[in-house]
Amino acid sequence: MAVYEQTYKRYAGPLTPEWSRFLIIPRHAYRAVFNSKLFTAFFVLCFIPLLVQAILIYLHHNVSAIAIMQINVRELVPIDAFFFQTFINIQGGFAFFVALLVGPPLVSRDLRNNALPLYLCRPFSRTEYVVGKMSVILILLSLMTWVPQLLLFLFQSYLEGFAWFRSNLWIASAIVIGGVVWALLLALLSQTVSALVKWRVIASAVLLGIFFIPTVFGEFINEVFQTRWGHIISLGALMKNATAGLFGTFERATGVMRVTDFNDIVIQEVPLLEPPLWASWTVLFLVCAVCLALLSWKVKAYEVVR
Amino acid sequence: MALPATVQEELIRPQKVNEPAVIDLHGLSVSFGRRPILKNLRGDLRGKAIGLLGPNGAGKTTLIHTLLGFHHPTAGTAQIFGHDIIDHANQIKSLIGYMPERDAFIAKMTAVHFVRLMGELSGLPAEAALERAHEALFYVGLGEARYRKLETYSLGMKQLAKLAQAIVHGPRLIFLDEPTNGLDPPARLRMIKLIREIRDSGQANILLSSHLLLDVEECCDEILILRDGQIAVYCNLEEERKSNRKFLMLEIRGDQKRFVEALTNLGCDYAISTDSRLKVVLQEGIDVRDLYRLAAETQVQIRRLSYKRDSLEDIFLKAMENGYGGL
Repeated sequence: MAVYEQTYKRYAGPLTPEWSRFLIIPRHAYRAVFNSKLFTAFFVLCFIPLLVQAILIYLHHNVSAIAIMQINVRELVPIDAFFFQTFINIQGGFAFFVALLVGPPLVSRDLRNNALPLYLCRPFSRTEYVVGKMSVILILLSLMTWVPQLLLFLFQSYLEGFAWFRSNLWIASAIVIGGVVWALLLALLSQTVSALVKWRVIASAVLLGIFFIPTVFGEFINEVFQTRWGHIISLGALMKNATAGLFGTFERATGVMRVTDFNDIVIQEVPLLEPPLWASWTVLFLVCAVCLALLSWKVKAYEVVR
Repeated sequence: MALPATVQEELIRPQKVNEPAVIDLHGLSVSFGRRPILKNLRGDLRGKAIGLLGPNGAGKTTLIHTLLGFHHPTAGTAQIFGHDIIDHANQIKSLIGYMPERDAFIAKMTAVHFVRLMGELSGLPAEAALERAHEALFYVGLGEARYRKLETYSLGMKQLAKLAQAIVHGPRLIFLDEPTNGLDPPARLRMIKLIREIRDSGQANILLSSHLLLDVEECCDEILILRDGQIAVYCNLEEERKSNRKFLMLEIRGDQKRFVEALTNLGCDYAISTDSRLKVVLQEGIDVRDLYRLAAETQVQIRRLSYKRDSLEDIFLKAMENGYGGL
């Protein structure tokens, strides 16, 4: 079908492997995403904490720098599981806002413009469509969470030596699992909201609401009933607990309720217990399962009116 | 009306039997909930361009969607070029191009980007997809507007962009669902011309679903008429017209009475329209030459002789009156 010939001709060249076709969606989506200078600037900004982290790791091993600053960085900011957990939580916060900006229009735009039949009439399944759309967010969030953290872990291992690397290898697995689970949760939630709400602004507001409204309500429950079980409905708190569990810093008792008599004398102290880790993981798993079920219900070429 | 016989004659043509049918329906049924939409469709469609006709709610779009794998058959199955639509869905989809009825595009994309993306999703490597996207847009007449965002396109341009995305990967079979919907006359003519060009290229078969009988008549060699989810008629348009060739319109000069008597003696039925015009039904074994002989004998001039052709509208209306539900 050459331009000068202007006739219809079949394509007879090679085809791309079927397994790789879901990656076409993120490749094209990034063109649109990074067209926005504002978003690009924000995305670059998200890497500043990583730069700080890299500098801290470097300072740990630079004797002359420590001598000049006259601060014992090794004692002030030890490089351990908590160090990586702190930064992965910071990056997780940035990742949430990136997902909030990128996620909502991904599916909703296709639904609004009836584009789904155009994808699904090709050798491209619904699963590939969902995986493709999710990978837009997954790749982006991975690039700002667990991938740089892992590189920094390797940087620290390089400076500290093989013994440190061997004894702290579990931190690497915590970084990867924590980062992937957070990215997966955000990708699933944003895609589900995007599939249910056709308008971008409303979809962003709903996504924001899913995180903040239950958190506020959970804190209200915690205060009224003097408990920590209110965190079970807060996705942020659940993820924080799950990450803490992965980094070995999770403690169930995070507060104490003091029972006093009429003279304000403490007669009993009751520890306030966070939901156990298994409960946090179960709820996170359930949220993901519900998202998948909703996506499977909504992502169809055409709605069938029964 | 011997439509089934016509179809059977068409289907048993020796040169076509060995080739797999374009679309082979094996008792295909589709229900939405308890509501049956397609009921036990059977037959093999072999036309270069098949017109899919039927009143609203007859199941035209559901048939296309089922063949595309959007709906699962509740019973039976279908094959496209010999591939089962359930077992070889991906294989079939790579052979098909689909132009949906409704507005369908990806927002915030230029036409060339959109068509390229569709090409890549069909399995074309990025470079080939880009090259063919340019070519397809030039082919449909959007070459100069290919760098414009799709949202800025007029309805006619959007229809052409939809056609471009349907042909970018060079499919063997193209489903066109109401391709001339909402087009003004020049745009409609352009679309019809493109469809006919694709048909005549011999590189792709076409299944054209339309409410507009004229569109189907201009583009298709075979028609499939659905009524209440069943096949009312499947026939080759030309064959169907030929089957009515014994019905003649005559315009004569001279002694009409003598000519009519001679016709009666010959055993032909006739009806007089005006003083000079007759409708004649030739009986078996009687040829047009016999009429000229009669005219010479009765000293009548035959000024005009034409076969009465059934229009698609006639065929459609007959199917709606007495559809026989099969091939």
